[in-house]
Order: sequence, then C-alpha cells, then structure tokens
Amino acid sequence: MIVLEGRNLTKHFTAARGRWGRRPPVRAVEDVSLALRAGRVSALVGESGCGKSTVARLLAQVYPATSGDVLLRGEVVRAHRGAAFRSYRRQVQLIFQDPFASLNPFHRVRYHLARPLRVHGHAKSDAHERELVAELLERVSLTPVDQFMDKLPHELSGGQRQRVAIARALAVRPVALIADEPVSMLDVSIRLGVLRLLEKLADESGLALLYITHDIASARYFAEDITVMYAGRLVESGPAEALTQAARHPYTRLLLESAPDPDRVTPRERQRHGEPPSLADPPGGCRFHPRCPVALPVCSTTVPGRTELGDGRWTHCWEAAGD
Amino acid sequence: MNVLEVRGLGVDYQSATGAVHAVADVTLDLRRGEILGLAGESGSGKSTLANAVARLLRPPAAITSGSVLYRRRDGTEADVLALGPKQLRAFRWKELAVVFQSAMNSLNPVATIGSQIDDVLRIHAPDLSRKARAARAAELLQRVGINADRLRGYPHELSGGMRQRAAIAIALALNPEIIIMDEPTTALDVVVQRDILHEIGALREEYGFAVVFITHDLSLLMEISDRIAVMYAGRVVEVGTARALRTAPRHPYTEGLLRSFPRLRGPREELLGIPGTPPDLRSPPPGCAFHPRCRHAFDGCADERPALLPVPGGEVACRLNEGAGADTAAREAS
Ligand SMILES: Nc1ncnc2c1ncn2[C@@H]1O[C@H](COP(=O)(O)OP(=O)(O)OP(=O)(O)O)[C@@H](O)[C@H]1O
Ligand SMILES: Nc1ncnc2c1ncn2[C@@H]1O[C@H](COP(=O)(O)OP(=O)(O)O)[C@@H](O)[C@H]1O
Ligand code: SF4
Ligand code: SF4
Ligand SMILES: [Mg+2]
Ligand SMILES: [Mg+2]
Repeated sequence: MIVLEGRNLTKHFTAARGRWGRRPPVRAVEDVSLALRAGRVSALVGESGCGKSTVARLLAQVYPATSGDVLLRGEVVRAHRGAAFRSYRRQVQLIFQDPFASLNPFHRVRYHLARPLRVHGHAKSDAHERELVAELLERVSLTPVDQFMDKLPHELSGGQRQRVAIARALAVRPVALIADEPVSMLDVSIRLGVLRLLEKLADESGLALLYITHDIASARYFAEDITVMYAGRLVESGPAEALTQAARHPYTRLLLESAPDPDRVTPRERQRHGEPPSLADPPGGCRFHPRCPVALPVCSTTVPGRTELGDGRWTHCWEAAGD
Repeated sequence: MNVLEVRGLGVDYQSATGAVHAVADVTLDLRRGEILGLAGESGSGKSTLANAVARLLRPPAAITSGSVLYRRRDGTEADVLALGPKQLRAFRWKELAVVFQSAMNSLNPVATIGSQIDDVLRIHAPDLSRKARAARAAELLQRVGINADRLRGYPHELSGGMRQRAAIAIALALNPEIIIMDEPTTALDVVVQRDILHEIGALREEYGFAVVFITHDLSLLMEISDRIAVMYAGRVVEVGTARALRTAPRHPYTEGLLRSFPRLRGPREELLGIPGTPPDLRSPPPGCAFHPRCRHAFDGCADERPALLPVPGGEVACRLNEGAGADTAAREAS
C-alpha cells in the first residue's frame, strides 16, 4: 500500500537579491516522483548537494514545492503551517543527519519523548506517560530504560542520541518516516545498529521508511528498492539487488565504480570524470551529459523520459530508450 | 628503508576534568614511498598523531613521551621533536607536507592559487627565479588536473574537489618525502574522490614520496594502502599489509570494523558490527581498552594491557595472539 507519494515534485530556490542584482534560482529538485509503501524501506541515493534533503523536506511539508504534489494515502496535501501541519507531522516524521543538533542540550531524554506524547494527546496520565516513554526506549534498545530516561544529550554517544531522535519520531506514531542520512555522522562500528533498528521498525510496525544516503552499499543491504538521484533529477530506480548488481544508467554505473570497495577486482585506472554541475546553471537535456561516456547528440538538447525496464525497474536515459 | 620512525609517542590534551590521553605509547614506522593507511573511529587519536609528527600540535595538547626520527635519503637523520623554529621551517613542505580535510581551511581565501604556490616556493626554494617559480606553479596545477589558467583564481571560485587538488599541488611543490593526508577526500563526491585517489597514486609512483592517509573509511584504505595501522583509544592495535588485514584480521576490533560495513559486490554477508561505544579517553577501560566491546574477551583482558607484538605479516596488540608471537613470525620468515 502506498502511504506517501511525491508526484513531479520541483523545487527552485530563488536567491536573495545580491549586490549584482538577481542571481539565477537554484534548481535543486526537478520533476521527482517517489512512492513509499507500508512496511517497506526505500532508499534515495545520491551525492552531496544533489537534492536529497530537499526532496525529504518537500515530502515532510517543511516548505511548499514550486510545482508538483505530495500525497498522503492518495490525498493531495498542502499543510505547511498551523493545525494542518501539526496533523501532518503526526503522520510523517523526519530524522536528520546530525544527532548532536537535533536534541535540546538542556532537556533530559524523558522530556524529549514525553513532549510529543503530550502534544499529540497519546498520554492519558503521568503514569501512562512514563510507561509510554519506557516502551519507546525499549523499542530503540536504550536499556536499562530507567538509566537512559534521566540522561542529558551530552551524556549520550552519537549512536545513542540518534536512537533518542528515532524514539522521539516514533512517539507520535507516524505512518511514514523520512531518515535523511541517519548514520552518516556516526562511526562505522555503530552505524549498523541504528540501521538494523530502522529496518526492524519498518518490518514490525508497518512504517513506510525513506532511507536517504550517499552510501549505495548500505542501501543495498537495508532497502528493498533504490532510487538514484543526480543533480536534482531521478535517473534510475529498481529493486536494490538488481540495481546494484546490474545498473542501467551511466551515472549509477559511475557511482558504483567509484564507491570504495575492498573487493574490487579491476585495477586502478587513471581517468578524470569531471564534477557534478552547479544547480544554478545545470546542463540542458540530460544533466549528466557532460560527464557521460556514452552520450548521444540528443542528450544535450532533450531531457530523457522514463524508460520502463521491467521487474519494477526504470531509468531516464536516451541510451536505454534506444534499445 | 624507513623514512619515519615513531617510538613510544604519547600526547595528552589537558582539560579541567583531567588529561585526555589522545595518543598513548604509539610505535610505528613509515617506509619510504609507501602509502600507510591510518584507520580508527573518530576520537581514536589519528589526527593528534599526525599533528604531533608534523609538529603542528597547539596547547592544550602536549607531547608527554617518545620520539620521532626522520631519515633522509642521504643517510642523515633528524630528531623531529627537537627541531628548532628555523629547522622546522626547512622541514615542513620540503621534507614533510600536510593536506587537511578542509582545503578551504588550509588555503588563504584572499590570495590567488598562484600566489599561494609562489609563496611556498619563494620561501623554501629561494634560488628559483620568478619565472621558474611561475612555470613550476603552472606545472603543479596541471599535475593535479587543474588548468593553469586557474592560477589567477581565488579558492572560492573553485569547487570542493578542485580546492582539494590545489591543496595537494601545494603539498607537492617542494617534492617532500612524506605527505600526510588527514581525511583529504571525506567531504567530496565519491566520483571526485576516486579521481583524486588515482591522482595521488600516480604522483606517488612518479615522485616516490610516502603517504600517511588518514580516514575512518576502512574499505577505502584497503583499496589504496600498502599497509594499514588501526588505532583504538589512542593506541595502535594492529598493523599489517592491506591484504593481510582484509583477508585475515587478527585484532577483534579490526575484524569488527571489517564486518561492519556493507559490501557492494558478492554475496550479502551477514554484518557483525561492534557492540557498545568507543571509550572516554579520560578514563579508558583498564587492561585492553577494547575489552568491554570485545566478543573474544576472556578473564585476563581487563587486567593486563596487551603489548603490540610481531605476528606473521604485521603486529597486533591482543592477548589472543600472544602465543602466535615473534617465534612464529621468525619461523615463517626463515
Ligand atoms: N534554502 C535553500 N536556499 C538556497 N539553496 C538551497 C537551499 N537548500 C538547498 N539548496 C541547494 O539545493 C541543492 C540541493 O541541496 P540539498 O541540501 O537537498 O542536497 P543534499 O543532496 O541533501 O546534500 P548533502 O548531502 O550535502 O546534505 C544544493 O545546491 C543546495 O545548495
Ligand atoms: N583541542 C582539544 N582539546 C581537548 N581534547 C581534544 C582536543 N582535540 C582532540 N581532543 C580529544 O583527543 C582525542 C583524539 O582526537 P583526534 O586526534 O582529533 O581524533 P580523530 O582524528 O581520530 O578523530 C579525542 O578524545 C578528542 O576528543
Ligand atoms: S541520457 Fe544520454 S547523456 Fe544522459 S545518461 Fe543517458 S546516454 Fe548519457
Ligand atoms: S586482548 Fe582480550 S579484550 Fe583485547 S582485543 Fe584481545 S581478546 Fe579482546
Ligand atoms: Mg543532505
Ligand atoms: Mg580527525
């Protein structure tokens, strides 16, 4: 069942009037469509600055889209402030990259979890509230719960803080959770535990989960399907294993070739691949064309439409469209 | 064949709540022309160790013990920790250069790239003429894949990847024997990162400098390093060839790290991870600092700290390996 959906989402940020007059808008997200299903982990993969967080914020209604729609259970929503936003936030929660910035340093763990319970009316009494807080801590494996309840954020490690942030998101009993690089700032040795926790939550509670990451190997392990984004546009999507083992889009292939991989068999080659474009002035046609090893003449003039590849896979690429 | 020998090095940060032993009793060799990877979780002491070797530590950091010996090609030696201000100026850039994670912090934002390379050349190679310096600056930029017309550009006009390349060009300016790179590519796009790593590898082949490459990304280190040293809680716990560490890690921490990151190819192996969290260095656990997180810990581990001992293919500090010590190594070598 599709819980949360983005349709043709586009977001242009208009720059403030600078000293030299208007600067061109940053075309951060262009025509992005994504669907999140109950009980399923979907990954959105792309490099720094490609627009992943902007997609997350659009889905979470942090700001309105320039064009396109967000649908919750099939209904178009526009809930950017007031009661509508609060009600939306009860159903769609966000988790951020930085577990250090997302918790108020002056409040204990108990407060961070009790507040959403109270605001959203889930706690019936003080005793009930305490019970629910303990249950949340239990769910994110911060045990013994009595010990963690009274800790301040600075007394917790990065991984533990991220667990508190997850517990806080769960407190309102959302139907969808958007995790924006939830483990990127954590040490390798503790990433795994947090990812396993997210996986378990989707599995056991039927949450629809969007896992946003630049680490495509982790998406292979923790997501059922992967969507790859480049310079503000989606380029390819499909089941995680199929996509990582036999990528179709030239950018996905470059991403896979470039990712650190101790098992790599091909020798080091010396080659320059250029850099991602500025989103204030992105290349016309396919945004990857200046770096694409198999670009065709049409690539620089016309945006490639979606080509269905079967088995739930699709790509936006002229080369794939030709076959 | 060693270009640098670190012996028993200790570095503390003094703080109101007690001394942090950021680097404790580190003994490590850097061989001429090798890429030595330095791995470990954040806070394990990698940057502190690198800064100590480069003589870049500032208070409240203080070296509490040990020595660092630099060996030149001509057989002369320098006691790095004893260098005076004048000798230090000659040592930096010419013999040892550093590239930091954020090139923006190491480049001067108000000077052109060209003038920054020129500064290093003018101060450290005074016999070069102005024209020779200009030619060298252009050549250096081209070497790292930046068009020479960028010489007149300012750092903010370059992308993150190009700034990082420019910082590497400056590090190369005086043909140092050692380049220390502290997370030089962490902030970059993986594709750009890979291009830069290729570049570093090719330049190393050409010039023969040794590289100390610091990152928490063990999979990256496995690919690019000749040897890898793994740090935990301020100490080196395992050293070995990249291959030995990948195929047969001996320290339970190295093994845990290796089995924590998902693989891109091959079967989806089960990930083990490491339970618990890294220790507070003000009061590290007694004995082996890793024991509270170690799945192989036994009774003695909390009592006695294991020494870094030779094993076939490297060195390891773990009581499980104390039996397989130097004798075995000697036997296998003969
Ligand atoms: N509020 C804003 N105003 C102007 N530009 C913005 C704003 N937010 C994002 N951008 C720009 O939009 C683009 C996409 O940004 P976004 O933060 O979504 O990328 P990201 O893929 O999540 O990157 P990272 O991994 O670095 O967080 C970037 O070029 C960014 O500079
Ligand atoms: N300026 C400082 N003052 C006090 N403690 C510090 C300072 N810089 C680093 N430390 C401590 O020293 C230890 C090692 O730090 P560092 O060498 O930066 O680790 P790494 O580079 O491996 O992340 C950590 O416990 C860190 O908190
Ligand atoms: S559309 Fe053209 S330029 Fe873009 S990825 Fe496909 S072949 Fe390359
Ligand atoms: S010494 Fe003991 S606790 Fe330390 S790594 Fe070895 S087995 Fe584990
Ligand atoms: Mg982001
Ligand atoms: Mg560091």
